[in-house]
Amino acid sequence: MEGILKRIAEKFRDYRVPGYYKKFDYRWTMVVDLDMCNGCGACVVACRAENNSATVGKEECRKGRALNWIRIERYVEGEYPDIKVKFIPIMCQNCSSAPCEIGCPVYATYHNQDGLNVQVYNRCVGTFTCATYCPYDVRRFNWFTYKWDKPLDEQLNPDLTVREMGVMEKCTFCIQRIRVAKDRAKDEKREIKDGEVKPACVQTCPTGALVFGDLNDPESSVSRMARNPRRYRLLEELNTDPSVIYLKRVMAEGPSEREG
Amino acid sequence: MEEKKNNKFTYREVNEDVINFMTKTGPLYYIILAVMGVSAVTLFFLPWLYQVYVGQGVTGLNVPVLWGVYLVNFVFWVGIAHAGTLISAMLYITKTPWRRAVARGAETMTLFAIVLVGLFVFTHMGRPWNLYWTIPYPNHRRLWTSFQSPLTFDVFAISTYLTSSAIFLYFGMIPDLASLKHHATGWRKHLYSILSLGWRGTDRQWHVQGRATMFFSSFVLPLVVSVHSIVAWDFALSIVPGYSKTIFAPYFVTGALLSGFAGVVIMLSVLRWACPVFKKYITEMHYDRMGLVMLFISLVWSYLTAMEVITGLYADNTFEWEHIKYKILSTPSMQLFILMIFSNTLLPLVLMVKKVRNCAVSMFAVSLFVLIGMWLERYLIVPNALSRKFLPWMWRDYCPSWVEVSITAGAVLFFATMFMASIKIFPVISIFEVKEDAGIPMEKEGH
Repeated sequence: MEGILKRIAEKFRDYRVPGYYKKFDYRWTMVVDLDMCNGCGACVVACRAENNSATVGKEECRKGRALNWIRIERYVEGEYPDIKVKFIPIMCQNCSSAPCEIGCPVYATYHNQDGLNVQVYNRCVGTFTCATYCPYDVRRFNWFTYKWDKPLDEQLNPDLTVREMGVMEKCTFCIQRIRVAKDRAKDEKREIKDGEVKPACVQTCPTGALVFGDLNDPESSVSRMARNPRRYRLLEELNTDPSVIYLKRVMAEGPSEREG
Repeated sequence: MEEKKNNKFTYREVNEDVINFMTKTGPLYYIILAVMGVSAVTLFFLPWLYQVYVGQGVTGLNVPVLWGVYLVNFVFWVGIAHAGTLISAMLYITKTPWRRAVARGAETMTLFAIVLVGLFVFTHMGRPWNLYWTIPYPNHRRLWTSFQSPLTFDVFAISTYLTSSAIFLYFGMIPDLASLKHHATGWRKHLYSILSLGWRGTDRQWHVQGRATMFFSSFVLPLVVSVHSIVAWDFALSIVPGYSKTIFAPYFVTGALLSGFAGVVIMLSVLRWACPVFKKYITEMHYDRMGLVMLFISLVWSYLTAMEVITGLYADNTFEWEHIKYKILSTPSMQLFILMIFSNTLLPLVLMVKKVRNCAVSMFAVSLFVLIGMWLERYLIVPNALSRKFLPWMWRDYCPSWVEVSITAGAVLFFATMFMASIKIFPVISIFEVKEDAGIPMEKEGH
């Protein structure tokens, strides 16, 4: 009897204490230093190559149905010639209290113990609720079953699936790479080292504006960058608690030619 | 007492009128039914099959406007379904006399509207063949549904509403089916004999029937509020500006009742026009009472509409401002908004005049406008709010594609087809309840 009670107590402790299973717990976080970002769009291309994003064709692309998991938003302030162009790469923010997760009726999107907002393509029934609730509009929908022309199908990444029509998809922080690193770390009976996992966008970023790591580890590079006074999170007032931290770009006051 | 004066008919007449309406069908009726059926299939099912086969991309949906006309129709038909239950259940509990002649038609309408609601859930989904995943059933992979999702609430609410309104409709029909059994011939006789479950009209059976109707009424009545509140929570539980409003549950319920009553008025008018003998049962008095109810609900609706905008303004954040600006001041929405206010707030005010309420034509016209206005109300909420979410880079307008328009129109025809076919098989006027209106024949014939 006592043993059962103890087991139940243990079980509830799992739920209550975050990081109880320290061995497997991470808080994957991306830091985007907007001072370093030059808006080249290499991350977008890398993401498409890594994650088997389908090409939707000219017409669909014009409608804005391109399946880009990361996008670079551009905002122009002021009248020409006194303008300031700002840009910001936006991917799934992997919110800790994600609005999308409460919407899904079938748990196709849920939160895992690594702080990731996970999308299960096979479970998705396509109610659109997650994307409707998402304040960042980062979810993309497979409007049709897309095909890869020969020989493009040969470059598909075997580590993850292609998605059929009627399924929602989004940035996963390259969960397939995280999975491989976790397996390796488990085999070697250690934790994942800082910088061991790099999503495709982070790996590709030429200026090093994107940094990825574990926020639970106070010594990791993301933790150190997260203490930067320029830090902010997108639409933080909505209390979604995003896992993507932006470092604000410092711009000169007033008109400046170099800023254009 | 005033009600009884209008109904001067005998038991025999009631039986004959109803059975004649059901069995004696002219060729014109069949032609109309066939045309409607064929066009319903062409407009609703063929485009839908096309969409299922090719993909949701044939719709005008796009990120971020992912809830489009299908969900508008979904909410609209849930609304249509509400008046039937309200008329039959609440007016039964309050023992309102004018309910008897119109209740059966309204209940039939409820049932078919709910069927359409189910269909629109299917049309809306990206992978409709997986809808059963939203039902919690034990399975070896231990997959379960998420009970925090308002869409799971929907699954329960709508299946509950479908089953309970079907049972309610059938149960109230049993005495009628039994009496039809004696008048019908051929396949009808067999059908009614089986469906009437051996009803003999004994005292005990009537007693049980009355108690059961009271029980069902009390059971169904909360559903009127809960089902549409749950539909409202699909929107209110999000954080999207224009969706996330606590006022939505009462607002949607009120809107549902308004459109539902308008739907009932239209249904009754068409019924009276198609079968003039029913004018005996569905009288000006019924129009009068329904008009009063509609007037009252319209006033409540107008108040809530004003409050919806004002609470948005009161929040005073840029997101709400952008949403309201887009909804009320930008070009296509502004005209629709004005039309909505005209048909749901201003036009129903004419119902204050008794003459307007008593005239079938004017009531029909007002109801038609109310239906259009209520559809627009949902349109102005569902896709419109999504056009202006948080990040301006992702602002995008929405325009339904031909598939969506066709399915929307086909749904109306499909509803009419189902209704027309059904009223030839099942009595659309409740025989035994109309007889209650006529009073006990002994009094009149002086035995």
